[in-house]
Amino acid sequence: MSDLKRTSLYDAHASAGAKIVDFAGWEMPVEYLGVRAEHLAVRERCGLFDVSHMGQIEVVGPGARDFLQATLTNDITRIGPGQAQYTLLPDDDGGVIDDLLAYALLDRFLLVVNASNIQACLDRITALAPAGIEVIDRSPGTGMLALQGPAWAKALTPISSPEPFSLQYMEATEATVAGVPCLVARTGYTGEPGVEIMCDAGQAPAIWDALMGTPDRPDPAGLGARDTLRLEMGYPLYGNELSRDRTPIPAGLKWACDLKHGGFPGAERMQREAEQGTPERLVGIMLTEKGIPRGGCPVLVDGQQVGTVTSGTLSPSLGVGAGLAYVSAEHAERGTRLQVDVRGKPKAAEVVTLPMVDSSPRKEHHS
Amino acid sequence: MSDETYPADLRYHPEHDWARVEGDEATFGVTWYAQDALGEVVYYDPPAVGDTVTAGSSYGELESVKAVSDIISPASGEVIAVNDKVSDAPELVNSDPYGDGWLIKVRLSDPSELDALMDEAAYRAYLQGLAG
Repeated sequence: MSDLKRTSLYDAHASAGAKIVDFAGWEMPVEYLGVRAEHLAVRERCGLFDVSHMGQIEVVGPGARDFLQATLTNDITRIGPGQAQYTLLPDDDGGVIDDLLAYALLDRFLLVVNASNIQACLDRITALAPAGIEVIDRSPGTGMLALQGPAWAKALTPISSPEPFSLQYMEATEATVAGVPCLVARTGYTGEPGVEIMCDAGQAPAIWDALMGTPDRPDPAGLGARDTLRLEMGYPLYGNELSRDRTPIPAGLKWACDLKHGGFPGAERMQREAEQGTPERLVGIMLTEKGIPRGGCPVLVDGQQVGTVTSGTLSPSLGVGAGLAYVSAEHAERGTRLQVDVRGKPKAAEVVTLPMVDSSPRKEHHS
Repeated sequence: MSDETYPADLRYHPEHDWARVEGDEATFGVTWYAQDALGEVVYYDPPAVGDTVTAGSSYGELESVKAVSDIISPASGEVIAVNDKVSDAPELVNSDPYGDGWLIKVRLSDPSELDALMDEAAYRAYLQGLAG
């Protein structure tokens, strides 16, 4: 009846009381006990997400590094085996096909891409790949968990070999977790310290169950909390803040574009935008009165539209309406007062610094 | 969160709103089903006392972290009270949808509209149909 896909953890979600929604063609848990509680659990302690819907693409062969250097925006020569890097896949005009993490492993590169963009990434990378470079879609057989929050190491240590303590932010290592061979990486999308764990999809439930059986077990956390957590950090979400309509520059992602060396599609346009500025910039906004901004709400100054909200929610950490918006450059300075038109009702707001909360994924684990 | 209940003394609108009728006045709120579908309510945008509400039309909004939901009026009339407790603590809609989580009180302009609403049994059957 339904052609929605299920991850290998579907039964675990169902028995944990998840509310399941359609997300990018997958039946995924949006929440268990509630978005707010799960969000705060991750900020204060630890949460466990199923992110098996995400895509894994391997790039293998002699010259893979040079190929990716000419295909992705960031300088991939800056990472060596066991390191990860945030980067973007641009189209010929510099528009964003996807944002992703590139992992340098001993004998290959691994690209972890958004679920909704797996095919677009495969098509693009395959089309550009020279002879001798293999592009392999590992998504169907790969399970992926995100263990996020300051107490992540307490939950993981009892079931991980070797112990995960020595990993630094954006480093990855092979490990055995709950008896399952995995790639464990100090990465995530919440702004908290934590790891993402990739393994054979069929064995993901063994890791989930083992983590849930530890004394410092994480709370199961759904896509709802994943979205509010990343929003407070100002992390862009493909489809909301990123698309083929803009380069990464107006989103504030110049740091992930190697404009010094260039050589990737769209680099010249990005260089020009970085030098001259773009008409619009992505900013964080916070309402200074009751209300919740939502994607699509117009942003106003003196009754004139100066931008559009791309993502919005009630920030569970701050208890106020908060969002991200593209606004015209002259209204993008921190502290600028503006209004968000929430379904016909103008609400007072202001441009705020990102991240909105005092969190960092680089923080050390609790001892 | 509360247990799934649909009190027998209420009248139900297909958009998952209830009315408790007392003479020519009525109290409105949303049903257990509505609050469960919405998830934890974090914001209530109410009408003002004195506003006119119209059967089948939106008189306010409830928002969860993820979504916005119009609140549909089960009958027409004039708003005579707004539940400020829900404005301050919107989660009352989840914990007590038929009690402290009521939304507005209305002086009915056309009590015959109530005849179009469902009783408990009809609403439960209607929910069954939605699930099927």
